[in-house]
Amino acid sequence: MDQDLKILFGVVGSILVVASIIGVVMKMRVRSEAGRATVANLNARTRSWWVMAGVFCATMVLGHLFTTVLFGLLSFLALREFITLNRTERADHEVLFWAFFVFTPLHYVLVGIEWYGMFSVFIPVYAFVFIPFRRVLTGETKGFLESTAKIQWALMVCVYAVSHMPMLLTLPLRDFEGQNAKLLFFFVMTVQMSDVLQYVWGKTCGKRPVAPRVSPHKTWEGTVGGIGTTVVLSTCLWWATPFNPWQGALMALLICVAGFFGGLVLSAIKRDLGAKDWGNSIAGHGGFMDRIDSLCFAAPLFFHVTGFYFGTGIDPRPPGWVLEWLGR
Amino acid sequence: MIRSLVASVTRLITGVGRLPCAPCGGEAAIYFANHTSHLDFAVVWAALPDEARENLSPAAAEDYWGKSAFRLKVACGLFQAVLIPREGITRENNPIERLAEALKAGRSILIFPEGTRRGDGRVGEFKAGIHHLARRFPELPLVPVQLENLSRVLPKGSVLPVPIIARACFREPIRFDKGEAKLDFLARARLALLGGIEETDDKG
Repeated sequence: MDQDLKILFGVVGSILVVASIIGVVMKMRVRSEAGRATVANLNARTRSWWVMAGVFCATMVLGHLFTTVLFGLLSFLALREFITLNRTERADHEVLFWAFFVFTPLHYVLVGIEWYGMFSVFIPVYAFVFIPFRRVLTGETKGFLESTAKIQWALMVCVYAVSHMPMLLTLPLRDFEGQNAKLLFFFVMTVQMSDVLQYVWGKTCGKRPVAPRVSPHKTWEGTVGGIGTTVVLSTCLWWATPFNPWQGALMALLICVAGFFGGLVLSAIKRDLGAKDWGNSIAGHGGFMDRIDSLCFAAPLFFHVTGFYFGTGIDPRPPGWVLEWLGR
Repeated sequence: MIRSLVASVTRLITGVGRLPCAPCGGEAAIYFANHTSHLDFAVVWAALPDEARENLSPAAAEDYWGKSAFRLKVACGLFQAVLIPREGITRENNPIERLAEALKAGRSILIFPEGTRRGDGRVGEFKAGIHHLARRFPELPLVPVQLENLSRVLPKGSVLPVPIIARACFREPIRFDKGEAKLDFLARARLALLGGIEETDDKG
């Protein structure tokens, strides 16, 4: 295993140990009823963090294939939450079956076989075109555009965007061959740190809400404090990335800002659907979608900006065996 | 053993949670739910704690579940269902008698008072069957179970399930009241299933 990766895992482990100790201390010292509820939620979050960090680190060690399977599963569960909360009609049923059981698995197969050319167009072109085709066959015209748009969005956000994280492992970068796991780690760590620190800053000194109607708990103090701290901390990880410190800081800023807006956008969708959380699968956090909301929009951006500036050009051609099979 | 396994898998697929403890302290009861999909009885069955599940006999349509030896084995062996006829009903051969037999044996039953699956996810008017049973067994609690989203998982007319998260909401049990008119009882039972809130037009 990469020496740097071991250090990064050590960092995450130590942060979680410190967070767990703080949780225990706070639990002993808290007196008020409201404070007890907050601390209980905080400790539930920390426990869930241990599981999530453990699973994530384990798959990184196991390599590209396992990471692809993990994110594929995550996409499936996120898609499930997204579609459940959106009201879909009877006429959408067959299209949904395709979305869940054909497009999502096939897209992750493309990630697995590292066929970038098809990966980048499969959902934006093929699935985009097929969904209204299949829907129109049902003969139902009521809410046609809303229905197809909902399903197209669901696939773009929950599947296409999320899949850029495992795809990051295959991005060819200058002087960084075989080390992309650290880049994925840098990305996920930055987004999640930004989420946590925004929460901490917001809870301790948050006053003025940024967008009270969209997300009542997001405050200016929390956002600025959280993003500022994250950029500083993430920049300290520059040695594990292809960036120099300045580039690392700018990248961290890009990730944080995209993550912030991503969270806000998905929060707006959630509110419009009349829900507080996307689900209840992860104790203390809500649903899977609540945990990955800020990753969704930041992942493709980070992928392409990194590829554009530090990459050596991605090969869009199909893998050799596909060409052979086609007889070319 | 196999039953708990099937119940766990059912919960995993449909996203329905298991109740921490049985309604009515685990005594025999008449469960009734809204009917939207072929999965309905499996979901209520899976949501109950082990002991209450062992003692439950869900009602299943004989014309569907009695059709082949395999279906019969699944319905009667695995789910311990009571097969009820939907056609050719006579004085001797009718659903109420068969369900009453199960209740006499001390088992719980699960019925769908609407009689048939609805396509739009709303809860229809209740038929008289639940009233007949309640009148014959007035000491038993009636437990309303509101099922949500199951018509989206497997709607009428489709064989392809979609993994949408479903919900089984066990409501406060109601009791039979001798002095109450039949229609009033049916309306009260239906409202209890809806959690006391009449459906509005923008829902569904």
